[in-house]
Amino acid sequence: MNLRSDFPLLANNPGLHYLDSAATSQKPRVVLDALRDFYENSNANPHRGAYSLSVEATERYHESRVRIARFLGLQDSDCLIFTRGTTEALNLVVGAWGRANIARGDEVIVTAMDHHANFVPWQQLALEKHAKLRICELTADGRLDLDCLRDLLTPKTKVVTFNHVSNALGTINPIDEIVKLVRERTDAITVCDGAQSAPHLPVSFDTLGVDFYAFSGHKMLGPMGIGGLIGKREMLETMPPYQTGGDMIEFVRDDHTTWNVLPHKFEAGTPNTADAVGLAAAVDYLDRIGMDRVLKHERSMMAAAQERLASIDGLRIYGPPPGERSGVISFTMADVHPHDLATILDGEGVCIRAGQHCAQPLMRRLNVVATARASFYVYNDEGDIDALVAGIMKAREIFGYVQA
Amino acid sequence: MSRPERSAEIAALYQELILDHYRRPRNKGTLEHADASVEIKNPDCGDEITLQVAFDGNGIGDVRFCGSGCSISQASASMMTQLVKGKPIEEIDALRNRFREMILGDQSAVTDEKLGSLRALSGVTRFPGRVRCALLAWNALESALAERGE
Repeated sequence: MNLRSDFPLLANNPGLHYLDSAATSQKPRVVLDALRDFYENSNANPHRGAYSLSVEATERYHESRVRIARFLGLQDSDCLIFTRGTTEALNLVVGAWGRANIARGDEVIVTAMDHHANFVPWQQLALEKHAKLRICELTADGRLDLDCLRDLLTPKTKVVTFNHVSNALGTINPIDEIVKLVRERTDAITVCDGAQSAPHLPVSFDTLGVDFYAFSGHKMLGPMGIGGLIGKREMLETMPPYQTGGDMIEFVRDDHTTWNVLPHKFEAGTPNTADAVGLAAAVDYLDRIGMDRVLKHERSMMAAAQERLASIDGLRIYGPPPGERSGVISFTMADVHPHDLATILDGEGVCIRAGQHCAQPLMRRLNVVATARASFYVYNDEGDIDALVAGIMKAREIFGYVQA
Repeated sequence: MSRPERSAEIAALYQELILDHYRRPRNKGTLEHADASVEIKNPDCGDEITLQVAFDGNGIGDVRFCGSGCSISQASASMMTQLVKGKPIEEIDALRNRFREMILGDQSAVTDEKLGSLRALSGVTRFPGRVRCALLAWNALESALAERGE
């Protein structure tokens, strides 16, 4: 695949090696064009006006929802609620479903590899409701310990939440097995943080088996500020609203209000129409490549990166074997702090993430203060891996490690 | 910015002296009797430092730090403890301000001999993402001195 020229930022910066797509992806020209086209030709407040421009904005918003739902394998597109991203989507589940359904003594299971965006809202809800937060631990190589999960599941378990793919390690979690375990032993709902899976794996919500799935548009070539929550209809319909305001109401009486139908019930205020249109263009682009090819490309990048990095003396890679990871490689280099490594790599035009990756519970368990993380996407190629390796060699030189 | 220019800035950032303090930190450890103890973290990168100070009249009699972090935060802490130990509070406050000025880009501070070896950290100016690392220990010191005032 040679897609670099489709991405203006990369095309404008030939020496730039962008290896931080797990944080946010670059945007192809078709997405930027779609945003501009919306504002230049279709911009009006949807669901409001009787005039045809507003009707057109409404249609484009609706079409985008249907398009994105189809990309994620959701037949009933009204069950896709647009949010600002994964964080808001997970907070929606916790704030609406969780607050209405979790009571004193109930148990909520999160995992030790969850992002703070999933870990913290449930932790705070548990504190508020005097419920118990249980943490599913990991195996030594950074996989979910399913024996631990099995032991944690009790009749008191009301929620089991986990990420599909770990942002810090790249571990792909076995959703089928998790859902099966949960269903066999409890009536708990399952919540899946899909921030790192929607961009990188073929995802079909209707066959995934989870009750809720959250994702971010900006990590999958779309604009910042748009993402979504997919939920099963019966769950969404029985949940109270998350925020109240315009668009989400049916009738507002002096003393009470009734709610609009799905998806509007959960979308208070003027919707982020332009970014929904941009995200629809992004999934069009991904579908043209084909998610199977996206996955295959990342797998080949990972295999190459793994081999090259593993051969560097003093470099340690975290997480399961590359075949069980998505396009993320988390590592440390002897006593070179990841932050220093990132600065030196930046000097070579290589962008990587250094730090705790919004996963402090995981970092404690790995017994590291921070890791360096390189992550790959459709526009990366062997040249990016060459630059990554060269940058690590430079860091070794600066920190006084003799080159082998 | 051109690649060679950036490379030169990186070489200027990671001077021998900084790596030496990173690998052999001075005054690292804990005090048996501390008058003030401050723990601060940089949540962006996970750097954390605990600074302990024993006052001696109007000055700092002894000081130690522990924690973990990047070469910049650790070297800054190590060199800071060397510089402030045995000095009166008033002078330390002035040094603290002067160091901050240097890190935020004041060129006159770079040649200020009062800052001693800490001038080796002047390269941080070119790396806005690392300013917080350089200031971590100094922010802890500011809080420790404020504890004394209470």
